[in-house]
Amino acid sequence: MQRNSVTYILGFCAVICLICSVIVSGSAVGLKERQEVNKVLDRQKKVLSVAGLMKEGDMLQPAEIQTLFGKRIRAVVVNLETGNIDEEATKTVATYDQQKAKKDPAVSKSAPKNLAGVQRIPNKAVVYQVSKNEMGEDGSGFELTQYIFPVEGKGLWSTLYGFVAMAPDCNQIKGLTFYAHLETPGLGGEVDNPKWKAKWPGKLAFGALGSDPKSWDKVKIAVLKSGGDGKDHAVDGLSGATITGNGVTYLLRFWLGDDGFGPYIQNVAVRPS
Amino acid sequence: MSTSNKQVLLDPLFDNNPIALQVLGICSALAVTTKMETAVVMSIAVVAVMALSNLSVSILRNFIPPSIRIIVQLTIIASLVIVTDQILKAFLFETSKQLSVFVGLIITNCIVMGRAEAFAMQNGPVASLIDGVGNGLGYGLVLLFVGFFRELFGSGTLFGVTVMPLASEGGWYLPNGLMVLSPAAFFLIAIFIWFVRVWKPEQVTED
Repeated sequence: MQRNSVTYILGFCAVICLICSVIVSGSAVGLKERQEVNKVLDRQKKVLSVAGLMKEGDMLQPAEIQTLFGKRIRAVVVNLETGNIDEEATKTVATYDQQKAKKDPAVSKSAPKNLAGVQRIPNKAVVYQVSKNEMGEDGSGFELTQYIFPVEGKGLWSTLYGFVAMAPDCNQIKGLTFYAHLETPGLGGEVDNPKWKAKWPGKLAFGALGSDPKSWDKVKIAVLKSGGDGKDHAVDGLSGATITGNGVTYLLRFWLGDDGFGPYIQNVAVRPS
Repeated sequence: MSTSNKQVLLDPLFDNNPIALQVLGICSALAVTTKMETAVVMSIAVVAVMALSNLSVSILRNFIPPSIRIIVQLTIIASLVIVTDQILKAFLFETSKQLSVFVGLIITNCIVMGRAEAFAMQNGPVASLIDGVGNGLGYGLVLLFVGFFRELFGSGTLFGVTVMPLASEGGWYLPNGLMVLSPAAFFLIAIFIWFVRVWKPEQVTED
């Protein structure tokens, strides 16, 4: 048959497409399980590192990460609007993908106008609770030392994704880590710098604390251009990274505020006596 | 290995380097060379894709209808790139996250299609395979050269291991911020081209 005839060309296309699609879908399906495991592991690793249970650069085996995570961290799914734990969704928390949920109109809503550049908020979000001691298989012996909230918001170039760790009073910050961003290396990218991250523990997120968390002031924590050191509600900014710093301020205010984890925080915060 | 095959393999390293002489594939060379690790993984990915795409195009060269040959080459390359991306996500998750879209963008790397069209369509499978590996290595060589200097002077590390402790972390080295930005890759590629052309003056183009 002529190589230029229409039938030959169509037939050839069909065969090539068939073979290629078999190869592509075969590899996608065959490797899917492994990729899922990697994604879950990756999330667990980030949570462990912001909880201070794992140092950066620690090369832990996947099995070790899973055990450590299982023994020290309890993940719950929280309904952001009511601030209550969603027991049903918590059962499948390991596979709950907040980023995916955010994009699904059925389980998310568009965010009110905000400075953090958040477009959509999922109805439910994952909160990690860190235990002081190792707990048993059934969760016995759990003693809360930290809450870990996922946060995200716009910096200068990109969306910053991270976690903020809070003490049980939901006011004192224990740590702030960003795991994904595309800020300028050396300037805004310094949000990764361990020295800057070390400025966060001990800072307070909320303003004046009444006895009833419902009457708490708005989130007050801010990244300042200078003079953050020694203040309760301010962190020294990074030089040359004003916009990234403001982004961090706004995203914390958004996620700890009423549209974010505010209702949950008001439910669970240990009230100052 | 016969002399001609050896030549096909080694030519693209210096004599006919895809980046240095043909000036192809610059885009990804800028993007993935801030660290050695990503540069190495990217090089391996490109070698694999080029070798396999050249091989398959060469096997099919007598069956491919000339009127649709470009789209057929693209289909083959695209499939190989997706498979490579899937494999990286499954086995080298951390690195694949850093490479992000650039693995997918191997498809747009002119070197791959350039070799499929220019070499594999005319030559046998063995020679084409070798040509693919050679050109992949030539690309990888430049990537490693650029990555080495960018990581060393930009972050004070090599393969993530601290070589020169940074001043911001208590060491003595003040990193050169330019190195981690894309322009540095341009300068380094230019320096590479310069060295190669001083060494092999026949590559200098006439004004």
